[in-house]
Amino acid sequence: MTAALSTEIRNYTINFGPQHPAAHGVLRLVLELDGEVVVRADPHIGLLHRGTEKLAETRTFLQSVPYMDRLDYMSMMLNEHAYVMAIEKLLSIEPPIRAQYIRVMFDEITRILNHLLWLGTHALDVGAMTVLLYAFREREDLMDIYEAVTGARMHAAYYRPGGVYRDLPDAMPQYQVSRKSEAGLRRINENRQGSVLDFIEDFSRRFFGYVDEYETLLTDNRIWKQRTVGIGVIDPERAKALGFTGPMLRGSGIVWDLRKMQPYEVYDRLDFEIPVGRTGDSYDRYLVRIEEMRQSNRIIQQCVAWLKADTAKGAGPVICDNHKVAPPRREAMKSNMEELIHHFKLFTEGMHVPEGEAYAAVEHAKGEFGVYLVSDGANKPYRMKLRAPGFSHLAGLDELSRGHMIADVVAIIGTLDIVFGDIDR
Amino acid sequence: MPLTPEVLLDRVIAALGDKILAHKIACGEATIEVAPADWLAVCATLRDTPALAFDLMMDLCGVDYSAYKEGAWEGQRFAVVLHLLSVRRNHRLRVRAFCGDDELPMLPSLMEIWPAVNWFEREAFDLFGIIFEGHPDLRRILTDYGFIGHPFRKDFPISGHVEMRYDPELKRVVYQPVSIDPREVTPRIVREDNYGAA
Repeated sequence: MTAALSTEIRNYTINFGPQHPAAHGVLRLVLELDGEVVVRADPHIGLLHRGTEKLAETRTFLQSVPYMDRLDYMSMMLNEHAYVMAIEKLLSIEPPIRAQYIRVMFDEITRILNHLLWLGTHALDVGAMTVLLYAFREREDLMDIYEAVTGARMHAAYYRPGGVYRDLPDAMPQYQVSRKSEAGLRRINENRQGSVLDFIEDFSRRFFGYVDEYETLLTDNRIWKQRTVGIGVIDPERAKALGFTGPMLRGSGIVWDLRKMQPYEVYDRLDFEIPVGRTGDSYDRYLVRIEEMRQSNRIIQQCVAWLKADTAKGAGPVICDNHKVAPPRREAMKSNMEELIHHFKLFTEGMHVPEGEAYAAVEHAKGEFGVYLVSDGANKPYRMKLRAPGFSHLAGLDELSRGHMIADVVAIIGTLDIVFGDIDR
Repeated sequence: MPLTPEVLLDRVIAALGDKILAHKIACGEATIEVAPADWLAVCATLRDTPALAFDLMMDLCGVDYSAYKEGAWEGQRFAVVLHLLSVRRNHRLRVRAFCGDDELPMLPSLMEIWPAVNWFEREAFDLFGIIFEGHPDLRRILTDYGFIGHPFRKDFPISGHVEMRYDPELKRVVYQPVSIDPREVTPRIVREDNYGAA
């Protein structure tokens, strides 16, 4: 006689993160597995929740600008842009045209910064080390531009209600000391001889070649394709129902880009194209983002050309001259009582934004980033809601990863391009 | 280019009729206000009417109006604000509903209409304590495990009620009442109309 053998098969639940190099920050993911196949993915977020929206209620409008950099800390100026646009909408002011071109140029620089980091880390998750090193080489140049203009490599606080903090400097900082020879130092300073605009122009000339380099590493790479083709497929109707925006929506073949559909600043004067995917898998989203970098670079070139022509004509203002919103010039403040009062009131009490509500959205590198502001006429916002693109995308992770192998979950997190600064806020 | 808000609002009024309690156009944006009882029906109409076709739920958030204009607010306390986008028709709309009861704010869940509201409703529940009836998984989302209270309500202090530290004797983290004194550097001021105008 043999005892009846009964084996109970149970699903296996594992904890992924919150400290995991492939979690892109502090994501805790509870995965229910059937063997190696994902049955359910339950992301636990909020480990980076700092209450930015609540904090903003206790700060003046100007004091909250630096908080915006710390939301999606991979695309700093894009966050600032939506915030200042919401304030400008309520105040019904428009920044000067030069400020609009500078903003658009920095939006696109930021988009490239974001996509480079996404590309490097996505490839690293999938097992390709080289791309990260290449991507960070270019990020270094872009962060030097950030630093030259704002003084900070990442957390810029450059966009202000009514314009930008200051005009582009005339000189690009150069390398000073080096272990290299004199000739080596001269060589790395070669493209830093002129103004910041000259350096940006030089970068945008080089960048098309760099994007081709990334493509030679990945686009036809067999391993890359095996890990991304047919992974995390989402059809267009479902992508809309789940609230996907940006490359996540365009990867599924929907032509939707706020820069074209609801243009803000000077995007309607610029020539660029919107790449869309066909199948809605990770590979198509990769192709979309790669092409977006090229298009961003084209926009940068057009902005540089316009800004150079404007500089030659004697540069226009970069911030509006309404001193209830923007500070007066330094010399005027030191010699004129009226301006001194304006300066003092603006930086202590802050600006008063008329009662009302406004929602301003920009085409962020990750999707639609929106700021909903409710003002009751005080010097601080009554309520601020940040609509982060990554929040909807991560909510879709469960659906995207069901039925995939556990290793694919990492590739799907990579393709979502998530950053916890803006998901957790 | 998107529709002008005036044209859009006319279409919305044509589709919803007297379900709209109030409507407004400001800053180039159309806003409608509806009753909580009509919340589901209104949203279904907004999505399914071909001339409106709001296929993408952009944002859903709670608002606590209790401190509005330094307490001059007389309406209901909690509202839910919905931002909708039509990718097909390229226009936007804001929908607001006040949640009836101030003690137990409640609205029907929109999960059946836009699955995207899932986490947004969880967030509004977590931060404001608004309950979405029919939501399949209404857990806290942004705050800590075991958190007490709803931190974005206006009566919740900015520094919170508890702080966490490592206790070397118990060899684990412990919660204790906050040791921070509340401090306001810049007071909140609502000026009279036309203050400081030249």
